[in-house]
Amino acid sequence: MGSTARSGVGRLSNARSKEGPERPAPQEEDQVSINVYIPTPFRHLVGNRASVTAAGGTVREVLADLDRQFPGFNAQLVDPEGELAPHINVYVNQVEIHNLEGESTALKTGDEIAVIPALAGGAEDPATVAMTPEMVQRYSRHLIMPQVGSAGQRKIIASSALVIGAGGLGSPVATYLALAAIGKIGIVDFDVVDLTNLQRQTLHQTDDVGKSKAQSAKETLLAYNPNVNVVTHEAPITSDNAMEIISQYDYVVNGADNFATRYLVNDACYLLKKPLIDGSILMFDGQATTYIPGQGCYRCLYPAPPPPGMVPSCAEAGVLGAMTATIGSIQATEILKLILGVGEPLINRLLLYDALSLEFRIVKIRRDPNCPLCGDNPTIHELIDYEQFCGAPIPTAEAPFGG
Amino acid sequence: MTSATTPTVQVRVTAVLQKVTGGQKAVEAAGQTVGDVLADIDSRFPGFRQQLYAEDGKLHRFVNIYLNDEDIRYTGGPETAVKSGDVLDILPALAGGQ
Repeated sequence: MGSTARSGVGRLSNARSKEGPERPAPQEEDQVSINVYIPTPFRHLVGNRASVTAAGGTVREVLADLDRQFPGFNAQLVDPEGELAPHINVYVNQVEIHNLEGESTALKTGDEIAVIPALAGGAEDPATVAMTPEMVQRYSRHLIMPQVGSAGQRKIIASSALVIGAGGLGSPVATYLALAAIGKIGIVDFDVVDLTNLQRQTLHQTDDVGKSKAQSAKETLLAYNPNVNVVTHEAPITSDNAMEIISQYDYVVNGADNFATRYLVNDACYLLKKPLIDGSILMFDGQATTYIPGQGCYRCLYPAPPPPGMVPSCAEAGVLGAMTATIGSIQATEILKLILGVGEPLINRLLLYDALSLEFRIVKIRRDPNCPLCGDNPTIHELIDYEQFCGAPIPTAEAPFGG
Repeated sequence: MTSATTPTVQVRVTAVLQKVTGGQKAVEAAGQTVGDVLADIDSRFPGFRQQLYAEDGKLHRFVNIYLNDEDIRYTGGPETAVKSGDVLDILPALAGGQ
């Protein structure tokens, strides 16, 4: 979706030609005047100022005006094809323009634009991430901690995470990742919001019933933090698309509700060398752990799935709604710890939560040398047929897993 | 339960298994090995064994049993010896996330 929104900087010259002699210059009072925040890496282009004023009715026109005032400015924003480079994000009143109308986003006097390099996920170097004054304030409770600080917050902003399932676990995980400002958050969910979801899934509200869960999640996350880029993947994750989707992210969070998807995501994460933060819940029990490729995987912990029907799902056995926040919050915490490189993640440890006795315990898990995926003599080298492996279908839109 | 020389251990089960233990989350049981302990529970809670063992007589691979937080797959499986005061945890895989 970003590609269409990004297109158009190449038309900067068109915008400029509109200002040509054949058209009368707009009257001064008709000019929409926009304040543009300039981050440190670009300030040398604008006389070392933190903000400048530019004119234009759309983002495209303002960027063209900036290039007119400060020759060479545009060259910093575009790729060789003349398109807005993928590492440049443009914000209008703190909302990234991919979440608006791209460069066609209309502007009114008093609006503020920020042109920020390397903000969305996939930034190669957190050192190049710049924060606006608004971001510095927003993330001040992070910045004040020595374990995070400016360098840590920029690492968070430069990171990306994929959340499998916009449901019970996906809700708290995605929310806290967005609030923390993970730059790119992917949401995999093909389902629509159902009334039975609302007992626990905080990404969705009553008015969202019937709406795409991925879209509902995106709207909620952007309302919480418009600085992040939320990418929706509105199809069931399968052996055909899992590698392509997961390869686009740094970290993966599992909040799936069926064993087939859990083994699929596990295998894809191992093959792509992506850390996987796993969590699961049922009734009053929760489990969470972190898999680092090469240090054990879901197959080491559970070599085979249960026969269909042997372990019930949340839809069959129920789940205490508040349980989801406990485990999901732990999953979000794990990702942030991995990004920051602080503390001891749940690697080779399985956290067990018993809500009834309110006890947390940790048991050891380890890489199984006989694991068919990550063991010494692996037999799984690519994704397999997980419906056959689990004896149960991966849920589809026609037969969803019912929340 | 049995003679004074037979160790007694605490066995903790998750909500799914509590339906066979009469709702109890922890059961005291006796035996020299993990397998003995599980058999002792089955003698008092019929159907318990069926939840843990496959038809081939081996433990289900989606059920993990921890003796004092160590997976018994790495300590000798059901033959692992127990001593009084040990804690066994029985944990089936959970898939719930939604």
